[in-house]
Amino acid sequence: MSVTKPLPHDAALLHVTGQARYIDDIPVPAGSLSLAFGLSETAHGRIVSVDLETVRTAQGVVDVFSAADLPFANDVSPSIHDEPLLATDTVHYIGQPIFCVVATSHLAARKAVRLAQVEIEALPAILTIDEALAADSRFESGPVVWGKGEVEAALADALHVIEDSIEIGGQEHFYLEGQSALALPQEGGDMVVHSSSQHPTEIQHKVAEALGTPMHAVRVEVRRMGGGFGGKESQGNALAVACAVAARRTGRACKMRYDRDDDMIVTGKRHDFRIAYRAGFDGDGRLLAVDFTQYARCGWAQDLSLPVADRAMLHADNAYHLPNVRITSHRLKTNTQSATAFRGFGGPQGMVGIERVMDHVAHVLGVDPLEVRVRNFYAPAPVERLGGAAPSPLGLGPMAPPMATPRRYLGTKDASGLDPDLDVASRGAVGELAPGEAVPAHDGVQTTPYGMEVTDFVLHEIVQELVEASDYRARRDAVAAWNAANPLLKKGIALTPVKFGISFTLSHLNQAGALVHVYQDGSIHMNHGGTEMGQGLFQKVAQVAAARFGVGLEAVKITATDTGKVPNTSATAASSGSDLNGMAVKAACDTIRGRMAEHIAGLHQAQAADVVFEESQVRVGGESYSFAEAAQLCYLGRVSLSATGFYKTPDISWDRLKGQGRPFYYFAYGAAATEVVIDTLTGENRILRCDILHDAGASLNPALDIGQVEGGYVQGAGWLTTEELVWDNRGALRTHAPSTYKIPACSDRPEVFNVALWQPGRNREETIYRSKAVGEPPLMLGISALMALSHAVSACGDAYPALDAPATAERVLRAAMRVGGAA
Amino acid sequence: MSEIAFLLNGDPVVLTDLAPTITLLDWLRETRGLTGTKEGCNEGDCGACTVMVTGNDGARALNACILLLPQLHGKAVRTVEGIAGPDGALHPVQREMIDHHGSQCGFCTPGFIVSMAVAHLNGRTDHNDQLAGNLCRCTGYAPIIRASEAAATQPVPDWMEEDANKVATVLTGDIPPAGGDDQTFLPETIADLAAWYLDHPDATLIGGATDVGLWVTKQLRELRPVAFLNRIDEMRRIDITDDGVRIGAGATLSQLHAAMGDLHPSLAEMIRRYGSVQVRNAATVGGNIANGSPIGDSPPALIALGATLHLRRGDTLRAMPLEAFFLSYGKQDRQPGEFVEAVSFPRQPDRLRCYKLSKRFDQDISAVCGAFNITVDDGSVTAARIAFGGMAGTPKRASAVEAAITGQPWTADTIDAAWDAWAQDFTPLSDMRASADYRMETARNMLMRYFLDSIGGVTSVLEVHP
Repeated sequence: MSVTKPLPHDAALLHVTGQARYIDDIPVPAGSLSLAFGLSETAHGRIVSVDLETVRTAQGVVDVFSAADLPFANDVSPSIHDEPLLATDTVHYIGQPIFCVVATSHLAARKAVRLAQVEIEALPAILTIDEALAADSRFESGPVVWGKGEVEAALADALHVIEDSIEIGGQEHFYLEGQSALALPQEGGDMVVHSSSQHPTEIQHKVAEALGTPMHAVRVEVRRMGGGFGGKESQGNALAVACAVAARRTGRACKMRYDRDDDMIVTGKRHDFRIAYRAGFDGDGRLLAVDFTQYARCGWAQDLSLPVADRAMLHADNAYHLPNVRITSHRLKTNTQSATAFRGFGGPQGMVGIERVMDHVAHVLGVDPLEVRVRNFYAPAPVERLGGAAPSPLGLGPMAPPMATPRRYLGTKDASGLDPDLDVASRGAVGELAPGEAVPAHDGVQTTPYGMEVTDFVLHEIVQELVEASDYRARRDAVAAWNAANPLLKKGIALTPVKFGISFTLSHLNQAGALVHVYQDGSIHMNHGGTEMGQGLFQKVAQVAAARFGVGLEAVKITATDTGKVPNTSATAASSGSDLNGMAVKAACDTIRGRMAEHIAGLHQAQAADVVFEESQVRVGGESYSFAEAAQLCYLGRVSLSATGFYKTPDISWDRLKGQGRPFYYFAYGAAATEVVIDTLTGENRILRCDILHDAGASLNPALDIGQVEGGYVQGAGWLTTEELVWDNRGALRTHAPSTYKIPACSDRPEVFNVALWQPGRNREETIYRSKAVGEPPLMLGISALMALSHAVSACGDAYPALDAPATAERVLRAAMRVGGAA
Repeated sequence: MSEIAFLLNGDPVVLTDLAPTITLLDWLRETRGLTGTKEGCNEGDCGACTVMVTGNDGARALNACILLLPQLHGKAVRTVEGIAGPDGALHPVQREMIDHHGSQCGFCTPGFIVSMAVAHLNGRTDHNDQLAGNLCRCTGYAPIIRASEAAATQPVPDWMEEDANKVATVLTGDIPPAGGDDQTFLPETIADLAAWYLDHPDATLIGGATDVGLWVTKQLRELRPVAFLNRIDEMRRIDITDDGVRIGAGATLSQLHAAMGDLHPSLAEMIRRYGSVQVRNAATVGGNIANGSPIGDSPPALIALGATLHLRRGDTLRAMPLEAFFLSYGKQDRQPGEFVEAVSFPRQPDRLRCYKLSKRFDQDISAVCGAFNITVDDGSVTAARIAFGGMAGTPKRASAVEAAITGQPWTADTIDAAWDAWAQDFTPLSDMRASADYRMETARNMLMRYFLDSIGGVTSVLEVHP
């Protein structure tokens, strides 16, 4: 069977030969045009005048347009319509698009942009968390507070109480392929858009609004992205809409891609956070109460900031049972890029907060932080829960039951209810929709701070295995010995766990569709709503399709995501791609297979259930057909060989206002042990070794999953070490190119890097072949690097390192000096 | 310029009437329709556009985004489309990248493939360094390195050798005389350059275009007139005699890296980190000096070695201590029509240590770059040359510190006693790379590192292995 096989990425051959096409590689019709935006150079100000005369007459310029020229919606927001494509009367950050140039080449457009005379009257700009707090500049009316238990009372009773805060920097996605789009005008005003987007339906929706057409007049196609990481969930809207508008205006194909500096200046990044904490604990390090205050710098527009900040709150516990906990979340509005989705979607920041608490508690008690971590773990999953139902011969149990509680998601206004302007396919809609309902937890089961039962907790086993596999205890002793002998270079080691919730927290997004055709030669055309950004989703889902028909992968054609084939798709985000689309494709395949089985059984006076699809054969009784013969037989028998498939995640229910319920279908787990060395004269530091054990459930493709784990770790470690975003006091991003913003390079990966999937892994929920989502969780394994650096710094003296992120050489040196009493 | 000629994936190309600032990347993608080579950053920092360029000195990886077409005259270019064999047979690095899952999103992959193929051709197995100029955001690099290691043991395919043969025979026989014109000049001798530059003192001289390339791709400047210096063989020489080392201004950082390996290994290691393979293969020593950057890495090291700068204007030669060339930020002691011809320094026992501080170890611009060359006789400092980048508006000597330690016993106390001298030498700035305080603190600490290094022991995290 094709599932569970470590097959290469479906496009690997195209990648290595340079044949894989990205947006800018697609051949375009003669006369195609290129776009570039003119950007604000003021963080906050009133537009006094925009003189574009010299731009219009520049070489190669065909068209120039501003907000006033837009015939329909001037909006590229994925949430509350607060993000115009082109600024109207006010600019809100340095990098905000003000006008758009359409020219005969990318270079001509870029050159023309610089000829504009824009006068802006500066207004006071709010740039930092402190400035936003002082001005009460925020999204939503006030902070969101969730929690459980009696925090103040428990703090008052605690033997020890610590109080501190940590700064956590943002992160630039640095997808290697910058944002890009191509719009091809069609007859009758229709538009075909190729977009480097994780969310084709969102692109379709925004383009339709901008063109004043129904969504049916816009078809969006995405074959692949050159990396996404969340940065292409909403940030591609502007380019696609601009191209569609320009194509409508000129009647010619229009293409846009951001130059790298523009990409980094214009688009949103991971939210930077400050997390303040008060924690009370006993003499063994057991947490009795934690009070977190999370400050998220959201930038100028709401975008997806509410669900991002929600997810940070939802991961404030990480793997630890917190009996009394309060999480207060401030979503602060600043005159900077609108922070957006980034792998983990707030979860990583929330997790850093509690891991910092664990590290701090252990320092106070003078014990190994791992001991404190394990003591605070959730209870192990009951054995019978872990096993789940035995799989059927085809790999899956009975179909999941429908959702327990029917709920309204839309329309609270009146009986007809629906607001057609709502961006219902976007995670940004979370603040606009009625909350779901919380399901009460059973007595005696440990719950998260938001009331969800934790019944699949496998970190006791994973951590125990990793401690042994990584030789953690002996190496921790060796680190101590090294530090005693070396005054200059200090080592550190840390083992940290990850528990990450899987599902969109906006529950209705947990749905997916698929379209599968079997042709009369037995070849199979597969399409679904997920997008390919490098994670190998297409291959995993193709493996599912091949398995359902019992054919080889060569029989399955992977096709571009296309809103004309599968409508109303959710973003490929929240690690949900395989879970949702794998199930939808399975459903479509099973529909066709059922029809084929019925027809062929009928030819042999057999039962459909007796028809077997395996080894590219269809067998019934003593007869055997090749799959192609079977397909042809079915065609001749006038059997439909095309089907849609649909899936919705069962059993989830979440009341966002109360912060209560089961937002996640299940949790993904993993753990990492990282060893580092620092230089106490310069703060320079290196990751020496990393050992990882990660739970991908029953992996659909172990090779692709290990690729996600390795890459996620390095990306997470980069976020917390070398990747530093710096804005100046005007609000200009100073690190807007790879010359100044440093993602990990080849030699920054751990010299020894042992990565394994947890072999007993098997999702207790009925996911596709009992696999688990693996896109985001491994990023948070990188937190072990930050904690290892903290350990190394702690060797410089007695004080707690209180290391902020990213732990650049400068921050490490500053912390080392502070710990050593020098500063 | 009349014509330029080169080979593209084995086939001859002749171009006429070109603007001198068209990049190879734009030309490949927009004019030739060869879209395998990608634009990731357009500034030479990500390697997605890596191509193989073969001249009579061998095959090199270069960034096509900041490679201007005239630089290719007489060379052979091979893109990712030319790495597989003529019959479609995969190159070993391609096969191994597939088998080891070395591509995810695939956008960086063509650049990696070319870098790996060049390293494979040149027999290089220092994979971390060979691939330092190729950024990947998906894989975490581990599978790419596994692929490189797996391919390393396999033979070089025949077709990969063809460029060198053709450049040596066919191409050199066929290429039209490049010569030049008023706007674009490709001189082949220093004398020709000197004469032309005297007549065109406002011209831009282009060595490897790792800096000037960004004037084109980021500042969108039109550059005319221009002269490309890469065909002046006599200016690319590094001559090492018993008395000294003379480095032609056109010598690349790769050449300097190789030449310094035995004489001053710390300088070689600093050059390794100065830029990626692609950048070192293009960037020139003369360019790194003449652009006057306060954060260029080679000037502090050369100053610490007591280097002399050799300038030429027409037939007039002028020499000065290298540190004297840098007058103030953005201003150098160079007359109109005068250019850097070479830099030289005396042979000496190796006491040089170069300490480069940056956010990332490889392919990053220094926050602070300190070069120390201290002579200790009988326990006392008898001579000290210390120079820094990143601490002032120019590369600058730490004269007060040198004075404070010279004649003193070589002890930690002497280093502590020099504390105040640092503030006489430097008043650094804060920027996105580091704060002023950090720069000052680490500059001081570097002297302590030099001391600890001199008495033995591990002083760099790069020397620590698991």
